[in-house]
Amino acid sequence: MLIFEMSSAGRRAQAQSPAQMAALDDSPAGLLRKQTHKLPEVSEMQVVRHDTQLSQKNFSIDTNFYPLGSCTMKYNPRACNSLSMLPGLADRHPYAPESHSQGFMACMYDLQEMLKEVTGMKAVSLTPMAGAQGEFAGVAMIRAYHDQNKDTARTEILVPDAAHGTNPASAVMCGYKVKEIPTDAEGDLDVDKLREAVGPQTAGIMLTNSSTLGVFERRIQEIAAIVHEAGGLLYYDGANLNAILGKVRPGDMGFDVIHMNLHKTFSTPHGGGGPGAGPVGVSERLKPFLPIPMVTHEEGKYRWLTEKDCPQTIGRLSAFAGNAGILLRAYIYARLLGREGMTRVAEFSTLNANYMLKKMQEAGFVAAFAKRRATHEFIITLKRQAKELDVNAMDFAKRLLDYGVHAPTTYFPLLIPECFLIEPTESEAVDALDGFIEAMQKIQLEAEENPELVKSAPHTMPVRRLDDVRAARELDIRYTCNIN
Amino acid sequence: MPFIPHTEQEIRSMLDTIGVDSINQLFDEIPEELTRFSLDAVPEGMPEMDVANLMAQRAQQDAGAYSFIGAGAYDHHIPAAVWQIATRGEFYSAYTPYQAEASQGTLQLLYEFQSMMTELMAMDASNASLYDGASALGEAILMAVRATRKSKSRKILLPKTLHPAYRATANAIVKNQNIELIELPYDAGTGRVDMAALASYEGEDITAMVINQPNFFGVIEDSDALVNWAEANNALTIGVVNPLAMSILNPPGEWGEKGVDICCGEGQPLGIPLSSGGPYYGFLTCRQAYVRQMPGRIIGRTVDLDGKTGFSLTLQAREQHIRRSKATSNICTNQGLMVTASTIHMAMLGAEGLARAAAASHAKQADLEKALSEIDGVEVIFDSPFYNESVVRLPMPVSELINQVAEHNVLAGFDLSEHYPELGNALLVCSTEKQTEQAVAALLDAMQQVITQHTNSSAG
Repeated sequence: MLIFEMSSAGRRAQAQSPAQMAALDDSPAGLLRKQTHKLPEVSEMQVVRHDTQLSQKNFSIDTNFYPLGSCTMKYNPRACNSLSMLPGLADRHPYAPESHSQGFMACMYDLQEMLKEVTGMKAVSLTPMAGAQGEFAGVAMIRAYHDQNKDTARTEILVPDAAHGTNPASAVMCGYKVKEIPTDAEGDLDVDKLREAVGPQTAGIMLTNSSTLGVFERRIQEIAAIVHEAGGLLYYDGANLNAILGKVRPGDMGFDVIHMNLHKTFSTPHGGGGPGAGPVGVSERLKPFLPIPMVTHEEGKYRWLTEKDCPQTIGRLSAFAGNAGILLRAYIYARLLGREGMTRVAEFSTLNANYMLKKMQEAGFVAAFAKRRATHEFIITLKRQAKELDVNAMDFAKRLLDYGVHAPTTYFPLLIPECFLIEPTESEAVDALDGFIEAMQKIQLEAEENPELVKSAPHTMPVRRLDDVRAARELDIRYTCNIN
Repeated sequence: MPFIPHTEQEIRSMLDTIGVDSINQLFDEIPEELTRFSLDAVPEGMPEMDVANLMAQRAQQDAGAYSFIGAGAYDHHIPAAVWQIATRGEFYSAYTPYQAEASQGTLQLLYEFQSMMTELMAMDASNASLYDGASALGEAILMAVRATRKSKSRKILLPKTLHPAYRATANAIVKNQNIELIELPYDAGTGRVDMAALASYEGEDITAMVINQPNFFGVIEDSDALVNWAEANNALTIGVVNPLAMSILNPPGEWGEKGVDICCGEGQPLGIPLSSGGPYYGFLTCRQAYVRQMPGRIIGRTVDLDGKTGFSLTLQAREQHIRRSKATSNICTNQGLMVTASTIHMAMLGAEGLARAAAASHAKQADLEKALSEIDGVEVIFDSPFYNESVVRLPMPVSELINQVAEHNVLAGFDLSEHYPELGNALLVCSTEKQTEQAVAALLDAMQQVITQHTNSSAG
């Protein structure tokens, strides 16, 4: 039931607004709202009960194993939330003078410094509000760099065919054309094809390493040399930073600009689809172009860096300073982990993934890259099941929900047919990993013996499979009935 | 090991299963020369108790001042239940609802959000959020350029009375796509868009015109006249509004003869804490005709195999994970949790509660404006209807006053002199329904003292 359908004329949450309606007689009537809008008229308890019950219809990390590949659904420590909402932080105005901002700015400065160190970059700006905005900022910096060098013939960004969809979309938003580079049979970028593709038109390349295929790009130094020699720059998509945190650094691999997804690697929550945070880090040559604002520390005081300090900046990406509260959560997480804890993130997420990969292979599932080490995630393909049993990856995914496990990422990367991209993260114990594999084995048996059961799954969720075609064709995206 | 559950025994047995001797061996595909570095600048880990002490100290440093700063972020009352419910683990630690059957809670809530926003804005359709108000404007401009066939110029009229950071952000987002942002001046007396200046664009090919309500000065624009001008000149209209103000002001869907085409803004006044400027959320609403040009997630209501009502992500063919380089935007993650809180907030307050909060904010600002103008040397600059902010001219440099008043633990407002030097020593002051008599007394007292001191010292 929608909250609108619980509405009753005149009912209100009395405690939550001023006791009186103030007169608006000093404002011309023509500027005032004539018809009241129809929000639900409900009591405080109705709202609390309604939204609590809605929450119970969700899978979440707090309630279920959530091995969603490329999304790093790890435990979100509660301290990160409660400490970032302390009075003084939650109620600090973004334009509070620096005299009343030193506590907050100290956290931002420390976070910039820690992220610089752990990625091997020369400077960091925290302001992008999500991975995709970090990508936009990164590519915009590449463009600003070439523009500064009057190198305007560089109109093309190279992207591996396995890349996240945000990569080509971000490149286009910065006015670039996109050229795809194929992947070889072992999951590495096809270096010969890269050699053929680069030239005076190359602005840069966008890479994820470890890649979206769940393997480490082994020839990364060679790739960096090829692109740099052609005059292009290297962009690092930090979607998979969890796999390498503290083990290898994008700056050392030769990347000129990176973004990090703090909602993944630094465990600020995913929040049902955001907010995220996508800070960017750069090499020396891109430093002047970083988005503002940033925090600097001079003579014992923290100070904002703005347009005045950074005349070549690509500019501002948000009204204020990005998703500050999310940055605070990342900062708290980083302080809880410390340097040894950061390295353990990569180690144990990789241990978990390789363990699952091995056990799943033993259970008869087919790995996409059987000869390779898994990073913090790996791909299996259910091509055989789809062909022989007519039970596809989506069917397996939906049936997993009945077993209380959130489905892995399905049908991405697009290169691998009928694939699952599985990322267990470091915070899961071996019991959860074994439980997933057991569930997959049971579904495999069901697919062989009673395929309809799997094809019509899920059976235990609040709804069964939804009619997405109808959703798009008979578009119903708002409640319109006359309430009351 | 914080947040890692593995015992020594489990690690050993897992390594045996994999067939390696050590965890490090799992990284043997990484070239060895890339693995030699140290992380000296990252401190050692700390237990939660110690981090809690550190954060309490830092929070304390910034706490406790009376604030009169608005300028795009507003300190309104948020019911205690809003964030207690929004931070339930099932909302807080879920992800984008790709598996609709296991995400009906978030999906239904986002559908309710879309419904509430369209009601509040009197618009046809809403998406499920963008990052913040400023970046939403950037996306709205790109959307307008895609949506119109009438105009080829890619020229956008952007009023100077729009938040300077919004103008800067929109520029950063659209500048690589051959779009020209043209600044519309304001009338020095009213603080509204200068209609005479606007008239000079008559007959020109203008793709879209941005209308800010209330504008950055807190002044209420003549939105009807602006929309009608755009309509007559074949330009699309993009509203940028304070959503709480729309509970008492004429909403964008009803401006002029036809209402605006696209309306966006900052959702923060609807239940989001100030939190140093984010996370907030941008909202984006439009007329039915432009739904398919909208960026970002959209939730649709549909039915399942049994005909039971359910909700899912819809029109995904616009999005980056399907369309890649041809997507309407690169946006992926948006601000789901903020929208969750905002939806709870709007349901809790209802139309009447929101209107009361907005009206009280206005009334308190009216009183404050009057009290400020009674301080010697302080004058209200614009003679126009306003919402909950006004601009006052000071008899001394604004930054000096702000810093000296801050020593009294009062944050006087936003300094306009950098972005609007033509206004002289102009300070933007804000009220919300939360403002107390003690706070106002503290501001007036501190300002009086600082100004008197300044006057005396310059006289002496």
